[in-house]
Amino acid sequence: MADKRETDAISGVSTTGHEWDGIKELDNPMPSWWLYTFYACIAFAALWVVLYPSLPFVRGVLGYTTRNDFTGVMREQQARAEPMLARLRAATPAEIAADPELRGYALAGGRIAFATNCAGCHGSGGQGATGGFPSLADDDWLYGGTFDAIHTTISVGARNGENPEARGVQMPAFAAAGLSMAQVDDVAEYVLSLSGTGGDATAAARGAPLYVENCVACHGETGEGNRDLGAPRLNDRIWLYGGDKASVVRTIAYARAGVMPSWSSRLDAATINMLTVYVHALGGGER
Amino acid sequence: MPDTTSPAAPSSLYAPHRKVYPRAVKGRVRSIKWIVLAVLLGLYYIVPWLRWDRGPGVPNQAVLADISNARLFFFWIELWPQEIYFLTGFLILAAIGLFAATSLFGRVWCGFTCPQTVWTDLFMWVERRIEGDRNARMKRDAGPPSRDRTLRRIAKHAAWIVIAVATGGAWIMYFQDAPTLVRQLATGSASTETYFFVALFTATTYMLAGFAREQVCTYMCPWPRFQGAMLDQDSLVVTYREWRGEPRGKLKGAGHGDCVDCGACVHVCPTGIDIRDGQQLECIGCGLCIDACDEVMGKVNRPDGLISFETLANLAASTAATARFAPGPERQQAGMAARTRLHLIRPRTMMYAGVLAFVVAVMLAGFLLRDTLTLTALAERAPPFVRLSDGGIRNAYTLKLADKTRDAGHYVLTLQGPPGLQLLVQDVETDASGRPILPARPDGVATFRALVTAGPELPLREHAELRFRLLDAEGHVVASGKSVFLGPER
Repeated sequence: MADKRETDAISGVSTTGHEWDGIKELDNPMPSWWLYTFYACIAFAALWVVLYPSLPFVRGVLGYTTRNDFTGVMREQQARAEPMLARLRAATPAEIAADPELRGYALAGGRIAFATNCAGCHGSGGQGATGGFPSLADDDWLYGGTFDAIHTTISVGARNGENPEARGVQMPAFAAAGLSMAQVDDVAEYVLSLSGTGGDATAAARGAPLYVENCVACHGETGEGNRDLGAPRLNDRIWLYGGDKASVVRTIAYARAGVMPSWSSRLDAATINMLTVYVHALGGGER
Repeated sequence: MPDTTSPAAPSSLYAPHRKVYPRAVKGRVRSIKWIVLAVLLGLYYIVPWLRWDRGPGVPNQAVLADISNARLFFFWIELWPQEIYFLTGFLILAAIGLFAATSLFGRVWCGFTCPQTVWTDLFMWVERRIEGDRNARMKRDAGPPSRDRTLRRIAKHAAWIVIAVATGGAWIMYFQDAPTLVRQLATGSASTETYFFVALFTATTYMLAGFAREQVCTYMCPWPRFQGAMLDQDSLVVTYREWRGEPRGKLKGAGHGDCVDCGACVHVCPTGIDIRDGQQLECIGCGLCIDACDEVMGKVNRPDGLISFETLANLAASTAATARFAPGPERQQAGMAARTRLHLIRPRTMMYAGVLAFVVAVMLAGFLLRDTLTLTALAERAPPFVRLSDGGIRNAYTLKLADKTRDAGHYVLTLQGPPGLQLLVQDVETDASGRPILPARPDGVATFRALVTAGPELPLREHAELRFRLLDAEGHVVASGKSVFLGPER
């Protein structure tokens, strides 16, 4: 195949000697503009290797890195946002919510900060999850739903062992604190009856004195809860760990407690303010 | 090794460029073309300067595609990006109009109104003013280099570039405020993009009208390739009446037809073809050969119309009627007598007219029924519903109120759906009966968050239809948006 170079009768140009099904290729030279473009590309590549990082462990003469480029851009963006962030830092969440301009900015910024930091436990729309992740969109609050209460909860967290002011008191495990499982069962019936969802009235009646003895201090006489302690309301339809009897029995016997990090050491004051306004607007905010 | 399988010397598939030197011509068609050119160029340059008062803070340019603010202004009409289908409809209208015009009158678009033709005509006119007519230009181009030739060429290209810049600049004026743009261009403070696009359209105008010319029509433009589908035997096309002209020959000779073979039709042709060869792809139907031929026929005392706008059906009828005639006035009369009137009403033209009327009706209806106030309700999906402490169920919605007017109206929001649902809109005022009042954002979209709550005792379905309705001051529904209420079935 290689030795069949011949001169084409029409164009007078030699063929390459390759032939496929009778089709032969003319051995025309490359157009010179093409060739020079090719040489120029080689020269450009050589220059590029010297100036920019192209080989492993070689930085290039200009010292350019995409990482520096990125941090520079980020610094620029932060500088641009700084005047607004300063205002958000200086104002209280309630003041921010009252100012349409600040509120719009805080809702947008809070949404992003929420998705980054909070959605992992509380869900993308603040809906929470059974198992101790409270919904932030409903009207039930462990520590209160005012701007100040939300702000404090975000700042200090709950039962995290890192912030001495963290929210929440640990509930005792009553199976270990002296109640028999039969008694736990009776208390559970009584607790369910507080929200009108219980079934066994006699068991509930047996549980009533046990409730007064063991639970009233934190959860209140009618099960209204205590926000200072983070003791949940028991007379509503919202259950952190499930409202069926087995879940309630388990909660009383072995205790439950949610943990939330303290965000004051992790997030900027402006971000916490924006988060407060955003969470307040999810649907459960109290005035 | 000699190749014995190749044929002797096949004709080349490559056509080298032959420069066309069209001669100036005067006549009826040329006059019409000058008028069309003046009107179209006038429109093109004047329209961006027309003003239309829309109130403060709004562009007052009558025709403006405001790309940066995503609005299309056309006199009293203002379109949003989501209404781009009106532009699509307009383009469809233009296409069908083009089909209809082609089936009736042949390549009138190509020959009279196409920008390529209009600007090429303008550039040729400039060329003639500076370098002279066909013969002078051919002679000068073929002759030795001279100072005169160089100076004329420089002058011609300078004039072309001035026209090209004006063309490119005027095009940008349809996208930016014209007076502001001119001021910015004059002071050098326009944006880089502006300079880029002015330069781009300057370059294309200069190249297409100055150099590429007929090659655009012959090689680049798709329209000549498929317009054959719109033409038929009854469409008007520029034709040479072969039955009358042939056999062509000198005026003095005997037995010749009316064509004196002077070549005038070839010399004036902007695409450099000979119309006497019959229908050709290259012919743009400009009709300048008609003027040229009529002028010659007048000089030799023969009737006009040896080249004419004629239908192929008439041409065939004339040819058949004159088959046995010898050249002479009798043949001319017999041929002309065999022609029939132009058939404007044919199935093809009726079909185009019908489609045209249909699209116009659809567009008009769409435009007259166009909503200037729209309400969109988007149900939040995370979470689909929230359980409240009393056992109630709450859904949240994002309401988007788009107001295409600039009235800054306020509207009362009501809810239509299963009875007993409570409606609350965050961060808005309410009227005396507690209904939320939504302030519209003039020429913009206002976003609200609505919370709809079903009390604990309300029976629920998994999926209930809801409609948010917007009422004006008189209580009329001005906009509404559909959504659903989700909950656990009970």
